[in-house]
Amino acid sequence: MASKFTRSNRIGWLMAGPAALLIAVFVVLPFIFAIGLSFTNQRLISPNPTEFVGLANYEQLLGIGMLTLEPERDASGAVLRDADGAPKYPTLRSVTRNNPDLPQFAGMREWFSFQLGEHPTYVLARDVVFMKAIVNTFIFVLVVAPVQAGLALVLALLINQRLRGINLFRAIYFMPVVVSIVVVSLLWRFIYDGSSGLLNNLLGALSFGAFPKIDWLGNPSTALGAIIAMSIWQAVGFHMVIWLSGLQTISPSLYEAAAIEGSSKWQVFRYVTWPGLRNTAVLILIVITMQAFALFSQIDVMTGGGPLDSTQTIVFQAVERGYGKQDISGGSTISVILFVIVFSISLIQRYLTREKQ
Amino acid sequence: MATIASDNRGLRLAVRYAVLILIAVIFIFPLIFMVMSSFKPDQQLLNDTGSFAAFLPVGDISLDNYADAFKRAPVGLFIFNSVLVTGVTVLLSLLLCSAAAFAFVFVDWRGRELVLTAILATLIVPFETIAIPLLLIASKLPWIGLEGLTFGWLNSYQVQIVPFIADGLTIFLFVQYFKDLPGELIEAARVEGASWGQVYRKVVMPLAGPVLATAAILKFLVMYNQYLWPLMVVQQEGYRPVMVGLQYFFQLNRAWGEIMAYLSLITVPVLAFYLFLQRAFIASIASTGVKG
Repeated sequence: MASKFTRSNRIGWLMAGPAALLIAVFVVLPFIFAIGLSFTNQRLISPNPTEFVGLANYEQLLGIGMLTLEPERDASGAVLRDADGAPKYPTLRSVTRNNPDLPQFAGMREWFSFQLGEHPTYVLARDVVFMKAIVNTFIFVLVVAPVQAGLALVLALLINQRLRGINLFRAIYFMPVVVSIVVVSLLWRFIYDGSSGLLNNLLGALSFGAFPKIDWLGNPSTALGAIIAMSIWQAVGFHMVIWLSGLQTISPSLYEAAAIEGSSKWQVFRYVTWPGLRNTAVLILIVITMQAFALFSQIDVMTGGGPLDSTQTIVFQAVERGYGKQDISGGSTISVILFVIVFSISLIQRYLTREKQ
Repeated sequence: MATIASDNRGLRLAVRYAVLILIAVIFIFPLIFMVMSSFKPDQQLLNDTGSFAAFLPVGDISLDNYADAFKRAPVGLFIFNSVLVTGVTVLLSLLLCSAAAFAFVFVDWRGRELVLTAILATLIVPFETIAIPLLLIASKLPWIGLEGLTFGWLNSYQVQIVPFIADGLTIFLFVQYFKDLPGELIEAARVEGASWGQVYRKVVMPLAGPVLATAAILKFLVMYNQYLWPLMVVQQEGYRPVMVGLQYFFQLNRAWGEIMAYLSLITVPVLAFYLFLQRAFIASIASTGVKG
């Protein structure tokens, strides 16, 4: 519709300019800064000038190495054994500290170890906490994305029935979405509390006291799971509503046709409902994944990354360094790593869920 | 036979409602616990968690926790800060984002495609990935205020408002909505001699009610619930919003009743607002999905 009445460079820039400028300064610029700063040693406040350090920040965060220890031998080459007859191995410390023969392991710490064959193999990392943060974040995303999307679909199907008062149920299921995740996290600290927590009391009552009390957030093996369950509880209503709007775009005539053909409920879902939800499914998966990678507030309020780093996450680490330790370059490097992960995963998701010809 | 069939239907209906109610309980019990606990003294609050009393207004019920919460922290100030920051951001966001979308959809200008594409590309950048460098930028930005020219936005209202006025999602929502409006309407108004400002104010905006509601609700939820950003940029209590103000209650001796009172105070008005405008809230979330 380009005509002399609709064409105006001046008006176009005048009206779009302010918003475009704000996005340039507060989104695009920091994004470029994140990349640039990740190659420097910038701090929030520092007397020293900023220096270019190349890939040192990335190496510091992501450096890993694998090492299989050989048992110690005496002068004749025979394996030294301890009192129980087990082979004697050098300590890890002798490898990672001041060992000129293996400079690539200098400063690394043990991440985990396993034994394949005769000798133990150690996986070493320069930053073990960050490695745990990456693993925890991936566990969180891999559990939350399918479970939350699936439960949201079940809720949407339940809510899509024609029943009196169904709007009230929809309103209630959606309620936690409106409440701040900070408030929700605090409330759930009560539910998960080790002594007087609501969950322990409920499980105790249901099992007539047989179920032992668990400090859900204080135990390294349950803390991340507890945070996952709560996060799903808080956000599932959001995606229920998106599924619901997808369900309502499916033409009723398709359901009528299926009813005439005498299809079972499962057949209706499999051949009418599910194909109609394809695009919604792709969108929901991508949105949940992006939100899940940003996991921060729950951790900050509930566990602070503990116990024993079992709930460390990528964003929590970025904030702890960038803000807590005022290490802007370290925080920026983590931000770039996070962006690369999120971006690659959404590309992979788009590729896997592309329209097949 | 007929009675058996109808009994069956009645039973199935009862099962359906039972399932719906059970799920509703799962979603609502922490909120009921919060409100009920806010009326109880600490010791009773903790004892009640062992029984159903946790969800009932029983025992020693009073508003003491609320009074104590106001004594412990400048609660009124935190609420004022949050309302101010949220309100100003929502209003400016609606204004600037709708104006930008108007220019993208109805006005033909050089650079239009490029700028719109760039803005939509920012949708894949999560805020968490730019927060740290944004902190550095915010600590150096100039500002002209009552004290003249100053540098550094930390501890201020503007640091909580300005970065969140314009965003890709809001502009996207307006663009989608404007595209569905009949373009002839705008051209006709222009042919009749209306200025661009008049077309925006008198033709387009009066038709934009639904998208304004959607954008306002989404922005409201994001802004009122802000946590990570104000945590980093606001250390002085004078500018603290409600979510960061919570930290007050975790210093020194922890009083759970007061915490519950504070949580209720900052949550219940939002819940009431939501229940009042329930359809608009849900429609706003749904619209991010259908068109996204």
